[in-house]
Amino acid sequence: MSALKIFVPVDAAARGVGADETALAIATEARRRQIDVQIVRNGSRGLLWLEPLVEVEMAGQRHAYGPVPADAVADLFAAGFASSALPTGSHALAHGPTERIPYFARQQRLSFARVGLVDPRSLADYLAHDGYRGLAAALEMQPADIVAAVSASGLRGRGGAAFPAGIKWKTVLGALGSEKYVVCNADEGDSGTFSDRMLIEGDPFVLIEGMTIAALATGATRGYIYLRWEYPDAKRALEAAIAAAYAAHYLGNDIQGSGKCFELEVRMGAGAYICGEETSLLESLEGKRGQVRFKPPLPAIAGLFGKPTVINNVITFASVPIILDRGAANYQHFGMGRSRGTLPMQLAGNVKYGGLVEIAFGMSLRELLDDFGGGTLSGRPIRAVQVGGPLGAYLPQSQLDTPLDYEAFAEIKGMLGHGGIVVFDDTVDMAAQARYAMEFCAIESCGKCTPCRIGSTRGVEVIDRLVAGVNAPEQEALLRDLCETLTYGSLCALGGLIPYPVLSALNHFPDDFVKPQRAHASA
Amino acid sequence: MTNPSHRRVIPIKSEPPSSLSDADRAAVDSACSRLKHLPGALLPILHAVQESLGFVPRDSVPLIARALNISLAEVHGVLSFYHYFRKERGGRHVVHLCRAEACQALGAAGLEAHAKRTLGIDFHGTTADGAISLEPVYCLGNCALGPSVMIDEELQGRVSTTRFDALVAKARAAVKP
Repeated sequence: MSALKIFVPVDAAARGVGADETALAIATEARRRQIDVQIVRNGSRGLLWLEPLVEVEMAGQRHAYGPVPADAVADLFAAGFASSALPTGSHALAHGPTERIPYFARQQRLSFARVGLVDPRSLADYLAHDGYRGLAAALEMQPADIVAAVSASGLRGRGGAAFPAGIKWKTVLGALGSEKYVVCNADEGDSGTFSDRMLIEGDPFVLIEGMTIAALATGATRGYIYLRWEYPDAKRALEAAIAAAYAAHYLGNDIQGSGKCFELEVRMGAGAYICGEETSLLESLEGKRGQVRFKPPLPAIAGLFGKPTVINNVITFASVPIILDRGAANYQHFGMGRSRGTLPMQLAGNVKYGGLVEIAFGMSLRELLDDFGGGTLSGRPIRAVQVGGPLGAYLPQSQLDTPLDYEAFAEIKGMLGHGGIVVFDDTVDMAAQARYAMEFCAIESCGKCTPCRIGSTRGVEVIDRLVAGVNAPEQEALLRDLCETLTYGSLCALGGLIPYPVLSALNHFPDDFVKPQRAHASA
Repeated sequence: MTNPSHRRVIPIKSEPPSSLSDADRAAVDSACSRLKHLPGALLPILHAVQESLGFVPRDSVPLIARALNISLAEVHGVLSFYHYFRKERGGRHVVHLCRAEACQALGAAGLEAHAKRTLGIDFHGTTADGAISLEPVYCLGNCALGPSVMIDEELQGRVSTTRFDALVAKARAAVKP
């Protein structure tokens, strides 16, 4: 009889709440009971409030138990979870078949199809779950046809700016250069986002495949993944996957006997939020300070080391293999308006059921918060929700019906960005959040544009005076004027969008800025 | 008209002055010779130096500049730009505490105050016993399970003040990883 398969995530978030200790406890307890088990360290399923989420495979179906700290393992064995599936309700930690848990079943997993399912270190596992089918299709196609497929899919950059990927790729394909590059932006700095990290740790090969397809489509031969230092687990996963891909000729100078060449390397960032901005990232890769470049020239024409460069986010590249495999029409069919396909949303902050929810564009934010998020972790009412990272607007209850769509968010002076959703309950002080936005901008400004470099520090001071009630109407006028200067006087999104959180806090939660009666939700 | 023998010759210093210990210097030299051929080698070199020494000593700057044939200002400019690079020797363990919004929503400000009070240091400081350095960090990508800290390279989620104390005590008791 073959060993019982038990899955314990190796994802950093799961490890951060004790998954390693849980895996060890399972191995120890199984040995004590003389049960033959094979422990697979998979990625996370994204049901993060259940981490460490342990799955036991019975007759080809995986049954979920969570959260399982190490000290709950003996009890699960005693309850018999290793001999038959414990039905939901029969044990406090039993949730039934993983794929029937509503939180998971209601998602449309395209780019995250394999995350949590496979062993991220196994190329064989990747191949057994439709891996490298997109590349196989791409190897049969002309570069222009690959680009056309990506364009037809409607895929837009998932890093936050939502620029159509096909247009970027087409520009690089048409550009002349002795060398061309494919660069992956894995500098996921937005608070409230972790989809890049989860994808890399759970399914690193899909990113490698997507980048390889981008290289074939544009004639690039060298690629870099710029990964933030805060993700050491992702670094290990990527480096192991790259080595395996080289060994099996999915990377290197003769990809699958096609004669095509693509060399890929991981480079680490060093703690600079601004390096998530594409031109700063390129400067950093060149070994310089991560300062924003003027555009034009576009990176697609003169990018890394002055050469034509495709630069996209992790999720953008990870969406490409399935587009090539299943066809552009299949991908394009998901979504609404000009937002096509799916977006992995990340429910974060003070939320009861935090995790990753990959769904087609179009669902309302409230539906996502209610049906998936389940309200706040603290049990108090939701007061504000920040969507799109530190440069995204704080939305009040009245705006929560906005559909998850790039254009709909732009209309309410917000942005969907990289899909991060941070929930705050009614204890939040929105004046403090606005002040933090300015402080963050001051800490992370690259220093190139004066409004951002100096205006952010002045912004903190103005908010302090406003809240202290020193000539408040004048301070408010000054703050609004400063925000306008930042919007129009900054080269990149950091200075240009920091007014979003500041002004949304001021406009929707004015009471928090008023001294002395800084009343909250009771109002 | 000119007599070459009267020309004042400015000696080129092939050996930049450095107060590094032999071992530290060897680590810097090894990082440089191993990585200087890479395109855009400066960040990989700084990472390698910090990985082996725990920080990037000021006196390593001239050595790195010489290896890459760039100016001291360029190396210093890059070193000082990135928050991750330590310019001074830190504690045996580095605690990175997340200050970003998702952790704020779960009480990161309170955890920060607790950490500073119990360790007796501010951000960028090191405890008197040389065990712990405290650094701020802006998102560890663990936003659904905050508040988060990273101790050395290990991410920790749902860090209450009690759990923080336990993690710090565990780090103090452990030898350098």
